Amino acid sequence: MLQLDELPDGVPARVVRLDAVDGLAARMRALGLRPGRELAVVRRSRLGGPLQIRVGTTDFIIRPHDARLVAVEPVDEPDRTGPR
Amino acid sequence: MRRVALLGMPNTGKSTLFNRLTGANARVGNWPGITVDLLSARALFSDQPAEVVDLPGTYNLHGFSDDERVVRHFLENNAVDLLVVVLNATQLDRQLGLALQLEALDLPYLLVVNMHDEARARGIVIDAERLERSLGVPVVLASAKFGPGMDEARRLIARELRRSQPRRAAAATLAQDDRLESRLDELFAQTVQRPVVLGEDPTSRLDRWLLHPWLGLPLFLACMFVVFQLVYSLGTPLQDGLAWTLEQIRTAGIEPALAGRLPEWLTSFLLDGVYNGVGTVFSFLPIIVLFFVGIGLVENSGYLSRAAFLMDAFMGRLGLDGRSFVMQLMGFGCNVPALMGTRVMRSRGLRLLTMLVIPFSLCSARLQVFVFLTTAVFSPRWAPFVLFTLYLASFATAFLTAWLYRGRLRSDEPLLLELPPYRLPTLTQVVQHAWGEVKHFVRSASGFIVAGVVVVWLLTHLPASAPVAGAETLAGRLAAMLAPVFDPLGIDQLSSITLLFGFVAKEVVIGAMAVIYGAGDSALQGVLSSRMDPVQAYSFMLFVLIYTPCLSTVAVLKQESKSWRFTAIAVLWPLVVAWLASFAFYQTARALGL
Repeated sequence: MLQLDELPDGVPARVVRLDAVDGLAARMRALGLRPGRELAVVRRSRLGGPLQIRVGTTDFIIRPHDARLVAVEPVDEPDRTGPR
Repeated sequence: MRRVALLGMPNTGKSTLFNRLTGANARVGNWPGITVDLLSARALFSDQPAEVVDLPGTYNLHGFSDDERVVRHFLENNAVDLLVVVLNATQLDRQLGLALQLEALDLPYLLVVNMHDEARARGIVIDAERLERSLGVPVVLASAKFGPGMDEARRLIARELRRSQPRRAAAATLAQDDRLESRLDELFAQTVQRPVVLGEDPTSRLDRWLLHPWLGLPLFLACMFVVFQLVYSLGTPLQDGLAWTLEQIRTAGIEPALAGRLPEWLTSFLLDGVYNGVGTVFSFLPIIVLFFVGIGLVENSGYLSRAAFLMDAFMGRLGLDGRSFVMQLMGFGCNVPALMGTRVMRSRGLRLLTMLVIPFSLCSARLQVFVFLTTAVFSPRWAPFVLFTLYLASFATAFLTAWLYRGRLRSDEPLLLELPPYRLPTLTQVVQHAWGEVKHFVRSASGFIVAGVVVVWLLTHLPASAPVAGAETLAGRLAAMLAPVFDPLGIDQLSSITLLFGFVAKEVVIGAMAVIYGAGDSALQGVLSSRMDPVQAYSFMLFVLIYTPCLSTVAVLKQESKSWRFTAIAVLWPLVVAWLASFAFYQTARALGL
């Protein structure tokens, strides 16, 4: 299991757990980031800037220290990028 | 009257739908229970008049963030006959959750599944009938941007209005997300089909360049440069034209009409004071409109959140985000549209911090003053370098301010920003947006601007026996009183009077100098170079750069923050910084024997 900020770019992974609370957790869920969903890190900006995440058809950016609160498990299906 | 409220997540085309439903006659208004303005307009739905309210974009109805609270409080304090929930057809996997929350709150609603054209292009098929049956509410597939589905939407709104009763949301808490989410997944699986593998779309291809680790930033700055070039190449002739027209109306129309009929002081008050002052401010309108168009383009195209991605590593440390940086750059054109553009930032703390920073941006009006002064006082070899250091000072004061206030004006919203696909806004969208903003600005700021102009005229023209803006006027006496404040900056009393004029608008500073020194614009450069040495001139320019930009900016600071306290800080803080910067520069330079 990894923290989302440790997940290498382009590797599909499944959300295992959210350690965020209240507002942050609600926003994550509203953007589709919740246990069971598949995601991938599309790219990350330099110098510790945000990560671009793709969940389903939604792309969004998240700061590394927020991404740390998302536990993910890489999925062994290298030729699929979208969830389900 | 019946009331219809539009509700949806950000990036669903809710505002476009609002404009489609209501035309362009929206007004800004206050509502019980909330502190922000909402757009509303009247519209007819098959002969039934209704008031349509555009609620802020919200991800859910929990009420964690500022916007979510606004929506919740609105729904709890205002009875609504029908909620129109706008969803992005390509993202139903998560957006249907909002509808389920409304169901939980027991409010009457219908669904507009917007951007259906985009969904179809991506191979997404939506079973609207099944969705209707499962939710028990009407569902319309539509494209508010291009029009399909809008007649159907209007018809259904009319039908629902005939049946529904006005209702208020109970102040209850929402059920656990988990239950709604399993229902959401079930609903999505039953009603939406999408291709297993989505091909690489144009947005991903563009992003490979525009968000490139090394090329992203230079490309971003180049884009901003192009926007500026466009605004100025179109705006400057328009601005000159408007100023010329106002001057013609004065000399050919008003002056002959008033001649001999009014006492001289009243003519001077009306023409030199009110007409010229207000005219100067309003001749900036074309530039303001064009900057709104520019901001609208950057915002609606989806590039604004990309700027956040590119700049966040740096701006985040200052308590700002990349969108603040875009607005700060826009401020280099004109502070007014940049301040109004901060509305995209939904967290109040972040927004106020950005609004505190923008007035330090060296706008085009200040640039006019600096170009004039540097060519008058500095040699051609040094002048460009001097100008460049003023730009550096502009950034330095802005970043210092953000850094100092970042603890006090804190963003309570996490930076989780959607990167929507690139979209080209239609001409109507852009023009409607710019027009609405300018109308709002003129309506709310004009009273304040007229008052400011009148005060400055009185200070520089009373008592009537003294020469205009001379040492005998109230302004002159004020300058004498303030001499101990400005002497250590190397700014003499006559120059400090021009700072008072500069409070109205920076571009009148040069004109005011011409009046005070009794020299025409052409002779003024000679007079200035004999009265100010380079150190004094630079100290003066630093002060002009940093202190209150202009009346319009102050008016907009108030209009947007709705807080006199914040407005006072946003005016006083730059004054303090201006004094300290000029003082430090002037005293250091003199101590070094310059």
